[in-house]
Amino acid sequence: MSFALETRDLTIRFGGHVAVNGVSCGFAPGTLTAIVGPNGAGKTTYFNLISGQLKASAGRVLLHGEDLSGYSAPRRSRRGIGRAFQLTNLFPNLSVLENIRLAVQSRAGLGLNLWSIWSAHRELIGHAEEVLETVALGAKRDVAASALSHGDQRKLEVGILMALEPDVFMFDEPTAGMSVDEVPVILELIRALKARRDKTILLVEHKMDVVRELSDRIIVLHNGALVADGEPAEVIASPIVQEAYLGVEAAA
Amino acid sequence: MLSRIFSGDLPRSRMLALVLIAIVGALALAPFVFPGAKALNVAAKICVFIVLVASFDLLLGYTGIVSFAHTMFFGIGAYGVAIALTRLAPSWAAIAAGVAGALALSFGLSLLIGLFSLRVKAIFYAMITLAVASAFQTFASQLSEITGGEDGLSFRVPEVLSHGFVLGGHSILGVPVDGKLISYYLLFALAVALFLLMLRIVNSPFGRVLQAIRENDFRAEALGYRTVVYRTFSNVLSAGFATLAGALLALWLRYNGPDTSLSFEIMIDILLMVVIGGMGTMYGAVIGATLFIVAQNYLQDLMKLASDAALGIPLLSSLLHPDRWLLWLGILFILSVYRFPAGIVGRLRTRSKSHSAAQ
Repeated sequence: MSFALETRDLTIRFGGHVAVNGVSCGFAPGTLTAIVGPNGAGKTTYFNLISGQLKASAGRVLLHGEDLSGYSAPRRSRRGIGRAFQLTNLFPNLSVLENIRLAVQSRAGLGLNLWSIWSAHRELIGHAEEVLETVALGAKRDVAASALSHGDQRKLEVGILMALEPDVFMFDEPTAGMSVDEVPVILELIRALKARRDKTILLVEHKMDVVRELSDRIIVLHNGALVADGEPAEVIASPIVQEAYLGVEAAA
Repeated sequence: MLSRIFSGDLPRSRMLALVLIAIVGALALAPFVFPGAKALNVAAKICVFIVLVASFDLLLGYTGIVSFAHTMFFGIGAYGVAIALTRLAPSWAAIAAGVAGALALSFGLSLLIGLFSLRVKAIFYAMITLAVASAFQTFASQLSEITGGEDGLSFRVPEVLSHGFVLGGHSILGVPVDGKLISYYLLFALAVALFLLMLRIVNSPFGRVLQAIRENDFRAEALGYRTVVYRTFSNVLSAGFATLAGALLALWLRYNGPDTSLSFEIMIDILLMVVIGGMGTMYGAVIGATLFIVAQNYLQDLMKLASDAALGIPLLSSLLHPDRWLLWLGILFILSVYRFPAGIVGRLRTRSKSHSAAQ
């Protein structure tokens, strides 16, 4: 089977500490894989290695068989690896719409256009407005991103990734810190995205009910290494997961 | 139509629009409404500095790059014209050669500085530009055979622009159509064109990316924007406009030396102008440059009047002595930064926003 995304022996060391340790894993196109594990297991670092925010000490990242290992973060993004961040990471003094529009503009490859007026590209603005509606931020269009509530900032974070329309979507705890009534908006988006079956989704998530419902497959990271991989029910039921991590998670 | 000329970026505040119209109107009519050589010199200097400060705003206000090498590029433009006109006959071709040479040198230097050092952290970049600019300044004054050293270069300009030239005895509203008038309007027209061009650049899709990089370069990269490329472009463009501003200054003064275009004092002045006017607004350059240069030239006169009026009062009189003008300028600057951290333009825009919200 050919993978949409694959990592081979992906490793990063910080001094003596091995944060991600030889993780080899392939992600089939059109599937949603949840990545679970305790805090400090290396989930976010694994994401950073895939999207290029960190350079791997060893190992490779392949997208549709193309080796991206030597590519910078922007180049990987243009190739189709999209990323939403765990810690909200926006353009604080720009409007909500502009935050999204910049993603749309990047996808349209218009960044180095110096001569036209940005607002004359109506189609980009129109597309950004559509995305804004899907993350339920239409009413906040002209507000500065920094003025949004935490929950709305999380929605905007996801909205930016949606606007980028990558091949591989990477969500890093998209609902972290959101109030209960805001979570469904995000989950509905991910569910709809998954239903399209043309995008590959990686999801780091702590809420086990969410993971159980959404994922086609679960992989477990522990101390930077891949320790379990399989069907959701099977992985969740496995003694190692039950004992080591999910017992703690379920109690929390 | 109007919106297209201003690249869709109108002042967005009635008060600001009025102030801008007043400034541009005064500059446009300066030879007719402000008689005297000094007034015209001040007006010309304002035109040059609007371009220079706007080009610095492109870098500092829009891209968030702190550079101290901006006067280096300003100086390169001024020296380019000065050297060409000193060595060659005073012709348009010589001016073109000087400007082209200066632009090429600025392009090379800004590209080099950009590519080598825009990857490092902001503070180191500022240090590097400081070092390069100091080296260049020393270099320019040492190469006195070419640059005239500390004395600078005086040169002749094409006849149409020279002060002796009079266009067939014509006069408009009692003002003779001479080389000075033609020079001023040439300068004014070019300054307007360059300003509008920069306004277009910051409002292009490219300009929006610059602002994104200023806000969060990490996120801009994650969106697929190669920030090094954008920063370098911004550096090169800003240097190019500063070079052209320098060329305009030299043509107007028919002289160039280290103190008129290269000195760090000017660097500080530009910094103050862009901060007082409002960073990242472009229009701030117009207001900042006008206020600062008018204060620089007339604050002393004003203080002399005040000082004479307060002659009987011991401390006040000496505080208002014309020699203390820098003190007052400093106080004005500190107050303006305290009161309007977003500059005058930012302040006016917030005010008009809260006004319209109240209605």
